[in-house]
Amino acid sequence: MTEEKKAQPIERVSVIVSKGSLEGVYPGLIMANGARMEGIEASLFFTFFGMDAIIRKRLDHLKVATVGNPGMHMPTLLGALPGMSAFATAMMKREMKRLDIPPVGEFLQMFHDAGGEIYACKASVDMFHLGKEDFSPLVDDIITVGEFYEKSAGAQIIFT
Amino acid sequence: MATIEIMGKTLNLDNNGHLANPADWNEDMAHAIAVKEGIPALTVKHWTVLNYVRRVYKQEGAPPSVRRISMESSVDTKELYALFPGGPGKKAAKIAGLPKPKACI
Repeated sequence: MTEEKKAQPIERVSVIVSKGSLEGVYPGLIMANGARMEGIEASLFFTFFGMDAIIRKRLDHLKVATVGNPGMHMPTLLGALPGMSAFATAMMKREMKRLDIPPVGEFLQMFHDAGGEIYACKASVDMFHLGKEDFSPLVDDIITVGEFYEKSAGAQIIFT
Repeated sequence: MATIEIMGKTLNLDNNGHLANPADWNEDMAHAIAVKEGIPALTVKHWTVLNYVRRVYKQEGAPPSVRRISMESSVDTKELYALFPGGPGKKAAKIAGLPKPKACI
């Protein structure tokens, strides 16, 4: 009998969300929350436009990108027509509702209640001239990239 | 096939370590599985969740997602994670003698 090498199970993940479109934000939320459901420790780190997902006034108004998104299978000029992004967003939201995928704000709450940690990137916060008051109260802290790596000790880092 | 010894019986397990045949399950067995999963005593709240997931399984043939449990069982997300450390969806299903839920949310 050959000796089988057993792979180490994942114990901790840090998920980075760097894009602010609806389709840019959800994969990270689903990966991080899915980790908690498996008993894996998880944190979410929002940077650059990904921060729209935790900015109070924006988080429930994210849109699907219909321009520069080859996955839409739509000519770029058509995607640029007024109302196209709103239309694609409404379609996607309807489908997500059918699958019982919650809106961004509710998703963050669920992840937070599941024991997940939520962070904003200090460099991006400074660049966009934001303060703690601009963010959802669920955000644990605004941290530097160095602090992010410290908090990610022993974690798998997933960039989205 | 892997097996488990519970209350003097040898029962078959599926690939995820859940009971292969949900009909093998009974309430005393839930306590025995819970102890093996690191939950020393099942409380009334645990039973609210276990009865709910068993009801859904009976009606739909599949156990519910964590989100659905939190919305329909009267036990919220925070409590669920406290009651079933290590993943409430799969732990609750395991203790209830059901297969692992196939949900991403």
